[in-house]
Amino acid sequence: MLYALKIATRYLTASKSQTALLVAGVAVGVFIFIFMSALIGGLAEFILSRTVGDISHITIKAEDADPAILIVPKGHILAVAESGGARTATLADAETWVPLIEAVPGVIAVSPQITGAGFLTRGAQVAQVGVTGVEPGRESAILDLDGYMVEGSARLGSGLVVLGHKLADDLSLRLGQTVRLQTSAGVASVLTISGIFKTGNGMLDDSSTYVSLPVARTLFALPQAVTRIEIKLGDLNAADATALRIAALTGLDAVPWTDGAEQLMEALDAQAQTGYFLKTFALITIVIGVASALLLSTYRRRPEIGIMRAMGAGRGFVIFVFVAQGALIGLMGGLTGAGLGYLALLPFPPREAFKSGTLPLDITQGSYGLAITLTVIGAILASILPARSAARVDPVTAIGQ
Amino acid sequence: MSALLDIRDLVKTFGTGEAATRVLRGLSLRLETGEMAALLGPSGSGKSTLLTILGTLMKPTSGSYTMLGQDLIAADDRELTEFRNRHIGFVFQFHNLLPDFSALENVIFPTAVREGRETTTARARGRELLVRMGLGDRIDFPSANLSGGQKQRVAVARALMNRPQLVLADEPTGNLDRVSAMQVMELIGEINREEGTTFLISTHDEKIAGLCRRQIVVGDGLVTG
Repeated sequence: MLYALKIATRYLTASKSQTALLVAGVAVGVFIFIFMSALIGGLAEFILSRTVGDISHITIKAEDADPAILIVPKGHILAVAESGGARTATLADAETWVPLIEAVPGVIAVSPQITGAGFLTRGAQVAQVGVTGVEPGRESAILDLDGYMVEGSARLGSGLVVLGHKLADDLSLRLGQTVRLQTSAGVASVLTISGIFKTGNGMLDDSSTYVSLPVARTLFALPQAVTRIEIKLGDLNAADATALRIAALTGLDAVPWTDGAEQLMEALDAQAQTGYFLKTFALITIVIGVASALLLSTYRRRPEIGIMRAMGAGRGFVIFVFVAQGALIGLMGGLTGAGLGYLALLPFPPREAFKSGTLPLDITQGSYGLAITLTVIGAILASILPARSAARVDPVTAIGQ
Repeated sequence: MSALLDIRDLVKTFGTGEAATRVLRGLSLRLETGEMAALLGPSGSGKSTLLTILGTLMKPTSGSYTMLGQDLIAADDRELTEFRNRHIGFVFQFHNLLPDFSALENVIFPTAVREGRETTTARARGRELLVRMGLGDRIDFPSANLSGGQKQRVAVARALMNRPQLVLADEPTGNLDRVSAMQVMELIGEINREEGTTFLISTHDEKIAGLCRRQIVVGDGLVTG
């Protein structure tokens, strides 16, 4: 078969301009494939990072206490649950769970929190706010609070509060001023504004405040427990599996971000499907291009095929000559297209630096190997029809042409 | 001399029904090893069809054909391809070289295609044959750049490459001037004498036929003389 490969190579190099055009056509198809892969993949990354990048990927919430069971005569059971109670459900053993969860593969940050509602008062102005108490040093574990600060610092400590910029505007608050924060537990505290953040998320910027966990313990009268544990993962696509693992490990109700994000997942799925369609069309174009070029070559070389058959070349040899041409064209076009695709994607920023208004092209999601492999396979498949046609050439008729 | 090939009652019909044309009508022929025979006959007499069947490129409608003791009518395509490669050489009127290959590459094609690669031994034999054909200075020339006579001599060398028992030549000098034609025939005669290769040469040229020891005349699909 080494000799058949030599014949195939010679046929390709004998018509350099025709081969170059064919390889260029295949390369364009591969380039489109890679560009679409990088765009669809980058777009998905961008959307996910914008929508769920700053939220907890897995959340463990305290569950409400089981209803008390009362057994009454005649075999009936009465279940009693207190609804709308002032006390929120809590996770009593958070300090035990946190190191265990941190050791789970894929977990990059764990943030035990106390969350609740309250009222922020400055003079006569009052605003309803959400209060989140986080451990000092873990302020940016889930939400990148440090990165969103427009004034002051995200560092939380005793007597300090950090709040959203719209909330600050609404209440005409400035850095260093004091405010009164009263929670739903009925506890109030006077706090100094140590930072103002702007996330771009309306709900956070309008009504969110952050305090340290010890301050939150006082405000919500929870000396030991926390109300939730937020977990961030290196790969947010692994949330479902990791949540199951954490639930199995701790017995707690670990909820992945994908729960309740069906619409987002559907949108991403539809986007991926669109990408598959476009990439499939690019591959089909390659297959048709290679098949038509090789069919023409088969027709043009009919007399030579006839001579080869007369000299003792079997049908298998002839098939291999044309399939090898297809494979070589696919390989050369694949490598050229992949190289061009990589070079074209180089100037675009990496996915960590995606910005609004620019094309989120992720160079790491170019699927280069897949593009080359599929192109070679496609080109080989495309060459089978011309190869079979060549092998069926009648040497007597062909030599007489 | 022993029998190289034997054909009996060979019939070849092209087409079917009313359009059927019977080109060979029960032709029988025997060639001995080492013969140098001319195949004569007017156009349409069936010479080319006979050569094509003898070359195993086409099967007859009926009749028998054995060569070197092998029944070539019963053989399948794979067996015929291998048989052709080992035992039969072809020289065509229009040389029919592979245009993208050099003279040497054309000559060693029959061996390379059998062995799957171009061996040193094959190259040495190819060179030797080209030198013998007077083409020692054209060994690596692209075949497309050779003159008509040179191309035909390359074609003869290619036909001899696998040391076949039989070389079938269809009007090998028909496209050459008188000098080139005589050169080619001298080479064929020399190889026939020295190596005992059997040649069957189809020709219209009485002078070329006169260089052969036997003349076989075909007419109306039968051997007539």
